[in-house]
Amino acid sequence: MAAIAQSAARRAASRNAMLVPTVVMAVALAVAPFAGIYPVFIMKALCFALFACAFNLLLGFGGLLSFGHAMFLGTAGYVTAHAAKEWGVTPEVAIVAGTAASGILGAVVGALTIRRQGIYFAMITLAIAQMMYFFYLQAPFTHGEDGIQGVPRGHLFGLIDLAQPLAMYYTVLVVFIAAFALIVRIIHSPFGQVLKAIRENEPRTVSLGYDADRYKLLAFVLSATLAGLAGALKAIVFQLASLTDVYWTMSGEVVLMTLLGGMGTIFGPVVGAFVIAALENYLAGFGEWVTIITGVIFVVCVLAFRRGIVGELAAWWSARRS
Amino acid sequence: MQALFGQLLIGLINGAFYAMLSLGLAVIFGLLNIINFTHGAQYMMGAFCAWFLLNKAGVGYWWALLLAPLGVGIVGIVIERTMLSRLYKLDHLYGLLLTFGLALVIQGLFRNEFGSSGLPYQIPSQLTGGVNLGFMFLPIYRAWVIVASLVICLATWFVIERTKLGSYLRAATENPALVQAFGINVPRMITLTFGFGVALAAVAGVMAAPIYQVNPLMGADLIIVVFAVVVIGGMGSILGAILTGFGLGVVEGLTKYFYPEASSTVIFVIMVVVLLVRPAGLFGKER
Repeated sequence: MAAIAQSAARRAASRNAMLVPTVVMAVALAVAPFAGIYPVFIMKALCFALFACAFNLLLGFGGLLSFGHAMFLGTAGYVTAHAAKEWGVTPEVAIVAGTAASGILGAVVGALTIRRQGIYFAMITLAIAQMMYFFYLQAPFTHGEDGIQGVPRGHLFGLIDLAQPLAMYYTVLVVFIAAFALIVRIIHSPFGQVLKAIRENEPRTVSLGYDADRYKLLAFVLSATLAGLAGALKAIVFQLASLTDVYWTMSGEVVLMTLLGGMGTIFGPVVGAFVIAALENYLAGFGEWVTIITGVIFVVCVLAFRRGIVGELAAWWSARRS
Repeated sequence: MQALFGQLLIGLINGAFYAMLSLGLAVIFGLLNIINFTHGAQYMMGAFCAWFLLNKAGVGYWWALLLAPLGVGIVGIVIERTMLSRLYKLDHLYGLLLTFGLALVIQGLFRNEFGSSGLPYQIPSQLTGGVNLGFMFLPIYRAWVIVASLVICLATWFVIERTKLGSYLRAATENPALVQAFGINVPRMITLTFGFGVALAAVAGVMAAPIYQVNPLMGADLIIVVFAVVVIGGMGSILGAILTGFGLGVVEGLTKYFYPEASSTVIFVIMVVVLLVRPAGLFGKER
């Protein structure tokens, strides 16, 4: 019993250690538009950051590398855009619909893919995502190559006009911080601990009486749902749902953000998303060089920088303290 | 009827490329435990090599069929020696991530240089024309691709399953440490195997050059289909990779005839069904 109480106390301590940096991040983001940073850029980065955090929940804490996470981003984007534009519902209903659609897709794909692990899992998720891409390419409601354009932002709860840039900005920020806090909570919950145990040693966890497949499936569904939330927000912010968000390059991008920021760290994916979003903004005029530089960062990260930015910083910090 | 046989032929051609590419992937995976994401890019490099040799150096198809795999294979060996070999002790997923990054770099560089429109490549003069079989018209080059790829696949199967060299290879797949203890240079074997697998992709690229346009992204989407083919066949057997490759090409061709809307997704749907029924793949062994 003492051991259980101790581990619970340790979890609580580690969770509380996240509180200060989270509040600092929230405050910094809240004042950022007044510091002269382009709000649309931050909103884009926040959508990617949420996407990467959701992905990291599966890879960093569940040990499952999904190479098809774009399907959840894109599915939610299409459903949200369709709901907001064709059905004329308020944005929060559209976002909930999109997120739920990704959650359902996640349950189906998860039940199928967790049958295999490691490299197979990566290949299967990639292949299923490619199937979804072809489906969206042909389905009439997505308008193929054009995508769903001119999605109305609408009035949040029928009251707040999201066409106002700052209203949109703070909506995105609030959703992001809430989802981020939820992810931190999941990671530090008993569920998150079992997930980590499965990542480290699955047979042993099974022998302790945990149904590993159930935990992995739940992690997959949570990750898919939160990735969907990111896609739904993105569709409302940019008033667009397009094929880019379901293509395999997007799946690769989220892997890169997580890897660069530090997989298995809490803040890593956020840092990685901001770096990649900044890079894309900065290099937008250089055409193919974005792809080339993305690839080079991949190679450098894998060869020399596997802990990522946040992981390296944490290692440096703990080395300095001891 | 004409259209049905036409689609069947296209299916067989696609199947020939699926078979050669998934064979290369399977050979590499067997020994290195790495899924080579650059395989599609290396297939593209093979096609570009052939284009370069013809248009810049005046070297024809037959020499390209030899030189392109050699060149691309050497590039593969350099990649294995300088980068992949550092990752063998780590989680195999890092190999996938590294090769994915390399594929982006290679495809980006080629696109930067050549744009995304395709470059034409002439069918060699010995293989132009066709035969009228009565029920359909068979272009000679396409028949050549099917026959040649079958020969290459079966030769690879023969070397791996029936020769002494192949038995070393299979032994090293099972237990590299033990094989090394018997005095066989396993690291060199790994390097050469990777080079061989990559060269196979380049051969496929050269053979594809006259059929499809030579295009920087010709391998990017193809490799994902080949991944699905590999999942369906399972990584266990060489013959399995060849059979599933050709088989799925034919199924895709038939789908194009009977239900064209599903032709781009049919292989993925089959993958899903196979995962439900036999998670290890049709010819795979549960590991």
